[in-house]
Amino acid sequence: MSEIAIQAKGVSKWFGDGEARTLAVKQVDFEAFFGEIVYIVGPSGSGKTTLLSMLSGILKPNEGSVTMLGNDLWALSNDELADFRLKKIGFVFQDYHLFSRLTTAENVAIPLILQRKPWSEAINEARKYLDIVGLKSRADLPPVKLSGGEQQRVAIARAMISHPDILIMDEPTASLDGDTGRSVLSFVKTNVLDEKRCIIVVTHDVRINEFATRILTMEDGRLTAGEGKTI
Amino acid sequence: MNGILKLAFKLLINDRAKFTGLLVGITFAAFLMVMMTSMFAGVLHRSSSTVINIGAPIWVMDPAVNTVANTIGMPDYVLDAVRSMQGVKYAVPLFSGGALVKLTDGTFQPVSVIGLDDTSLYGRPQMESGQIEDIYAENSFMVVHDSEFAKLKNPPIGTEFELNDHRGVVVGIAKVTTSGLFGVPTLYTTYERAIQYIPSPRYTISYVLVVPKSLADAERIHSQVAQLGYLALTREQFIQRISNFYTFQTALGLNIMLMTAISFIVGLSISGQTFYTFILENLEKFGALKAIGAKSYELVSMILFQAGFTALIGYGLGIGLCTTVVALARLRIPDYASMITFTNLGLALGMVIIIAAISSYIGVRKVLRIEPFEIFRG
Repeated sequence: MSEIAIQAKGVSKWFGDGEARTLAVKQVDFEAFFGEIVYIVGPSGSGKTTLLSMLSGILKPNEGSVTMLGNDLWALSNDELADFRLKKIGFVFQDYHLFSRLTTAENVAIPLILQRKPWSEAINEARKYLDIVGLKSRADLPPVKLSGGEQQRVAIARAMISHPDILIMDEPTASLDGDTGRSVLSFVKTNVLDEKRCIIVVTHDVRINEFATRILTMEDGRLTAGEGKTI
Repeated sequence: MNGILKLAFKLLINDRAKFTGLLVGITFAAFLMVMMTSMFAGVLHRSSSTVINIGAPIWVMDPAVNTVANTIGMPDYVLDAVRSMQGVKYAVPLFSGGALVKLTDGTFQPVSVIGLDDTSLYGRPQMESGQIEDIYAENSFMVVHDSEFAKLKNPPIGTEFELNDHRGVVVGIAKVTTSGLFGVPTLYTTYERAIQYIPSPRYTISYVLVVPKSLADAERIHSQVAQLGYLALTREQFIQRISNFYTFQTALGLNIMLMTAISFIVGLSISGQTFYTFILENLEKFGALKAIGAKSYELVSMILFQAGFTALIGYGLGIGLCTTVVALARLRIPDYASMITFTNLGLALGMVIIIAAISSYIGVRKVLRIEPFEIFRG
């Protein structure tokens, strides 16, 4: 068995108070290991995005703890947590969230710029990562000039550039057609995943199930037994 | 430049439409604020032109005098009394009044006449041509060469005119520091000739100009003059009194303040709304930056930088536009009453900074409130 990358114990999250209280995640235990791609699937409103937010240090659980790379995430101060996310976690958002007023290379360089790397060094590094995702020739274009699949690859390059240990992907294929979605996940599995990295994917898309190491299902805020596979 | 600020800079200037909108708002506001206040400063400066040009350190006058233009004659004993006061080095009379000049072509032209003390010619102007001593010649007057000079048909030395049925002769062309406010030419002559030529009431001394033995005597002179029932003001106090009159006792100051306030509100509305839209449009991206690991103070510094940069560029453009307009106006009207002072510039800068601060405050609030979790929720 590989080393544990993320461990959550008894995490719960509710929103609102009194009669309006909604329990989004109920007493969930979760573990993910280096070298695996874990899918969290489930219907809308099942709590998978809330769980993902808590696992990635964005949303504080009301109960329970999250340990990532041996650090109790919610024991960190806000600034420490921001630094931790910046250096240890890569994010790929559903809508990519690329700045349309920046070039593709500048978008990719953002995590390094936030880490106070010199501008030119960050841009050069971004070009290398764009080369890795096959978009070297698009480096100076704004993201709006790229197709959906290309934008997703730019988002992946941005997530990878700071060499994160954990990659968090939220509905990475939601805006892509089947073939493009599969090619993106195939790329991730081939080029991003390694034995020192763990990838958590929240998705609805059953067409990409073939790329998962494990698939966990959420329903009504609870994580139910999933389908386990090996790479 | 710091990478985060460079990021903010690129986000700002690459959104050309909004950046232009922001610049237009701030430039327009800065332009109007500086234009209004500099026009006012110019008017105030001109309103004190006689005080500035004569240059006496202390002016004695009737307490009801608010401006140089509305003089109230004082009896001769005031001059004698002032001359005998402690701390007075010397004191001379000054006549300041208006008259109608009949030019050789038969047209009439209102003029301002300054009558200098016959003995000392204290407060005399600098001569451009002619000799100041010629002022003692029969019927002689000096004409000030300012923007109003042409209204007397650009008279050379020797030109004759009529003033209240008296013959007048131009014996010199003078220049002064500041032109008058009311757009009439200025003639200098002796005090005695002035009160002889111009119909005068019983008391003829407009002002007693006092040179104290030392500046420390000013307060003592002030209190001694007050015992006579008159008012002694230093040059600066008199200029301030005139400014206060135009600012607070005429509609001029109120109108200028209103226009400046309106410019501020217009600038704030345009810039505030555009900046708010700019932030709203990028709000999710700022949320994504937060999720990636940007700290709140870094996002705040980005917004403040964007607002500050736009404000300073807009301010500079506004000042540039204002100076261009003033320069163009001066091509047409050489003595156009507009004066861009450091106070005007400072005031406009302060207001532009307030516009930027309010605009960015709205943006900062939005960005600080956005939860990265919202980005995941879509």
